Amino acid sequence: MSDDDTEPPLDAHRCENGHLSYPGHARCPDCGAEQTETVDLADRTGEVVTWTTSTATPPGVREPNHLAIVAFEVEGEAVRALGQLTTADGVEIGTAVEPVYEAELREPGAGIREPESQAWDGYRFEPV
Amino acid sequence: MDRVAIVGASMTQFGDRDEWLLDLLAEAGDAALSDAGVDGADLDHLYVSNMASGEFEGQTGVPNALAHDLAAMPAYTARIDQTSSSGGAGIYAAWQSVASGASDVTLLVGGEKMTHRTTGEATDVIASLTHPVEYKHGVTLPSFAGLTARKYLDQYDAPRESLGKVAVKNHRNGLDNPHAQFRKEVDLETVLDSPIVADPLRLYDFCPITDGSAGLVFCPESVAAEYTDDYVVVSGVAGATDTHVVHERDDPTTMRGVVESSRQAYEMAGLGPDDVDVAELHDMFTILEFLQSEDLGFFEKGEGWKAVEDGVTDRDGDLPINTSGGLKSKGHPLGASGVAQAYELYQQLLGRAGDRQVDAEIGLACNVGGFGNCVTTTILEQP
Repeated sequence: MSDDDTEPPLDAHRCENGHLSYPGHARCPDCGAEQTETVDLADRTGEVVTWTTSTATPPGVREPNHLAIVAFEVEGEAVRALGQLTTADGVEIGTAVEPVYEAELREPGAGIREPESQAWDGYRFEPV
Repeated sequence: MDRVAIVGASMTQFGDRDEWLLDLLAEAGDAALSDAGVDGADLDHLYVSNMASGEFEGQTGVPNALAHDLAAMPAYTARIDQTSSSGGAGIYAAWQSVASGASDVTLLVGGEKMTHRTTGEATDVIASLTHPVEYKHGVTLPSFAGLTARKYLDQYDAPRESLGKVAVKNHRNGLDNPHAQFRKEVDLETVLDSPIVADPLRLYDFCPITDGSAGLVFCPESVAAEYTDDYVVVSGVAGATDTHVVHERDDPTTMRGVVESSRQAYEMAGLGPDDVDVAELHDMFTILEFLQSEDLGFFEKGEGWKAVEDGVTDRDGDLPINTSGGLKSKGHPLGASGVAQAYELYQQLLGRAGDRQVDAEIGLACNVGGFGNCVTTTILEQP
């Protein structure tokens, strides 16, 4: 949960036709319209669509790495996000989870991706 | 319209090779030219399917290097990168070059050199195809497979054992493939007891890291007989994309790139899924064989696992899938895999598959890039 005002939002992007996507794109993937506003998912509760525990992780990634795809519902419109789980204990398909901010999800520069090319902070999902 | 024929094909030994990429490509390219009776100087176009020679080996500009090694100058060259489906995309490019009239003879060589990297490094090179919001969480292609497998088993009430049976089947097929990386039978217990890689999937649900190369020679069907009596025809080929960000798909158990590319390939060939006699599917992970066999229309959605349980996809079944051993047993040198799928179909359709031979006039190959992000479906037929 985003309790701190300095934590960045977990922004889904919405087009003028009401479709949501996370992350945002140059055009709405559903209809091709411009995405004109954002909806912060950080304070919302989502539901685990599916999850896994990865034990063969690349350089700079925690091992084991628990991951989930989580679905949020915003005013009747579904939007999904993938993220690390804080724990796999008790997690099942359908488990309710909340986003928890993490300053560094994996070690920048340990893998092949240029450290300056992208953000490395973000949200893990914590079972409620 | 004059159709496009394949008049020569080759595949190197797949596995842990001492040679580096340029030598692997030259080995397969030379063998494909010899098989077709074509000289390098005859080539108008030369394509190399390869995902990441720069990242794996620090060698770029490989198509030009191959043209030089095969004495193919001044042939036009280009590298085709579509991640794991670079080979299928190369078939599409080679087909276009001949079908358009731009080239009278085209050589396609797919290859990758990977085994000098650690598993973690190779996994990271492949995972670099993901979106930044995926990559920062340490997601890998195997972890997408774990996420999808759990959803599939739950949604369609399929037993975990059914995934293991894909591995058992493909390893059994690979026993008879002299070019395969693994020629070793495995039993279901071994698969189900192997170490977890991406829960619920285990080590034997995944293809290995592989070096290797494969080649194909294309020309118009009207002149194919000038090269050889034995050729096959590309009767359908098409490519399609799905979302780059995997979690944005409404149904994680459907690969729309497979659905759409096969729809177009069937339409071009004037065929449907029931006409296919043998198929090579992209079993980078066991779960992918279920998804493709359904999304290609071979089986109803959620029923692909039953076909494996019932032996329908065995070598002696109604629709043999992955007679080569698949990526699972044959190995998966990224850029080579789609080309090697067509090599297997070429051998099957020409009756050259030895102990792997099945009765087939029409073969289909489905080559998947990313986690279904970009797909090419190819249909080959006897003339």
